[in-house]
Amino acid sequence: MNRRVLRRVASNVMVGLMIVAVILAVLPLLLILLNLVAKGASSLSWDFFTKMPAPAGESGGGVANAIVGTLIIVGAASLIGIPVGVGAGIYCAEYPGSRLTWLTRFVADVLNGTPSIVVGVFAWTWIVAHQKHFSALAGSVALAMLMIPMVMRTTEEMIKLVPNSLREAALALGYPRWRTSLAVVVRTTMPGIVTGTLLAVARIAGETAPLLFTALGSQYLSFRLNQPMAALPLTVFTYATGPYEEWHRYAWAAALVLIFVVLVLGVGARLAIGRSQLSSG
Amino acid sequence: MTVAASSPPTQAGPDRPRVSASLQGVAYGDRFFKILLTIAALLIPILLAFLLWELWAGSRLAMSKFGFDFIRTSIWDPVAEKFGAFPLIFGTLLSSFLALLIAVPLSLGVAVYLTEFAPKFLRQPVAFVIGLLAAIPSVVYGLWGIFVLIPMLRKTVFPALRAVLGFLPFFHGPIYGPSMLSASVILAIMVMPYVMSVSREVLLAVPNSQREAALGLGATRWEAVITAVVPYARSGIVGAIILGLGRALGETMAVTMLIGNRHEISASLFAPGYTMAAVIANEFSEAATDMHFSALTYVALVLFVLTVLVNAGARLLIWRVARGSAVGSKAL
Repeated sequence: MNRRVLRRVASNVMVGLMIVAVILAVLPLLLILLNLVAKGASSLSWDFFTKMPAPAGESGGGVANAIVGTLIIVGAASLIGIPVGVGAGIYCAEYPGSRLTWLTRFVADVLNGTPSIVVGVFAWTWIVAHQKHFSALAGSVALAMLMIPMVMRTTEEMIKLVPNSLREAALALGYPRWRTSLAVVVRTTMPGIVTGTLLAVARIAGETAPLLFTALGSQYLSFRLNQPMAALPLTVFTYATGPYEEWHRYAWAAALVLIFVVLVLGVGARLAIGRSQLSSG
Repeated sequence: MTVAASSPPTQAGPDRPRVSASLQGVAYGDRFFKILLTIAALLIPILLAFLLWELWAGSRLAMSKFGFDFIRTSIWDPVAEKFGAFPLIFGTLLSSFLALLIAVPLSLGVAVYLTEFAPKFLRQPVAFVIGLLAAIPSVVYGLWGIFVLIPMLRKTVFPALRAVLGFLPFFHGPIYGPSMLSASVILAIMVMPYVMSVSREVLLAVPNSQREAALGLGATRWEAVITAVVPYARSGIVGAIILGLGRALGETMAVTMLIGNRHEISASLFAPGYTMAAVIANEFSEAATDMHFSALTYVALVLFVLTVLVNAGARLLIWRVARGSAVGSKAL
């Protein structure tokens, strides 16, 4: 009798500890978001989005160049990464028996676990070292490499959800395989692929390490891919580790903008995935 | 091609040349399509091979000069061109280990709670919110760490640790803000969502009969979990932890901003340290000599090999539980 009570108490204590763990796990997210808003929101202004950075030590200015830079770098990375990722994903889903599928899947998993700084070093030795100057394109290549495995795996998984009967129906109607793949299979999974891609874009938009010695960052507004370019994550890094009070405030504001973009992309994509899986299941 | 081959042979007569021409078009279309896809799929292994080759070629200079002493010696002096990466490797391993020490109990607690105990309406939202932690960019963690976490730890947790456990060498000596322990704490926060979501998926894959059998024998719910559910998912959970380790090893920005960046090994966790990723981040764009670049690339190569080994081990373990399905890769 006594032992039974003891066992029940032990059970309840463990559940209590787990609830504490849940609270401890959720707490950092709340703290980070609260701090970002508290310390960053006051520095957000029209100038912040439209002006160039002020010279070091002076007040005023904005991060327009970094916002534009991030858009360009991430856009170029997507242009490289999405076609390759989606193509490889379709290949792996449509030719599941092939040896290349096995190899590609394995390598994608390896790449997925590769530290982003290592990819940055690769982009440096491959592009920057040969060009002899830093360039936004090298940054985009590094980001694309981080993006490809993510896009590939989601594409593959989404396509695998398509029932085979759908494929067979299209083939029986006389569709060639490529049209079956594109017009029936890919089209059915389009929402899933788009959201997976958005998630990948959200992930690379916040990446800093691969840009440190590729895009490098810049004080000026630049649209040229073969020149150094500013980016929002780089701005957060330089301003946060810099010596000026003013810079720190700007780092918080830039981080707030960055996280807003990342979370909107990420949450939107996740919600959409949840919905598409519900409707298909 | 299959379509062309399996079409019924009804195209006899005068129409025949036209139809077979269009069928040939189909075959070409298919072939073209397959070639395009194959190129995309081939590009990924090629990129990896290229990456390995570039890292190897880039580090050849340092490799031939230092050989294996590179990972055993401790002097890092770019001016004298002497490079030893032992403190970096040590710092990477120690910070990751400490991070896991903090993150694993927490994330397993959350995962078990969410799969076994939590009321239904809480399960998805809490998992979703913790998943959001994984979406926060590393540099934002760094910023938050510098201005919020470090002051907080310095004021409360570190003095308390020193007061209680000060007799141990780990919690001895002066308290710096940026330190091994601060970096480990931020790493723990960053790694937790990965360990949590993968182990949650692994726990969800445990068949219900496992739970029912234990409950049927009179176990309390906690006993059922610990005797029947967790052991069943053990290798998957270990895989989740190792996957988290892989994340922690390569994490760069937040660690660079919090660890203090000093090429030294110190017994005290309150003292600054350095990691492989952080040294690359700090010194690569400022390196002046070929040997310095080469040494940093060598560090990148070591880091790459280390994470590949760790991740491969994790995946093998996860596959043993959830065979075939990409449980791990979804969470990444």
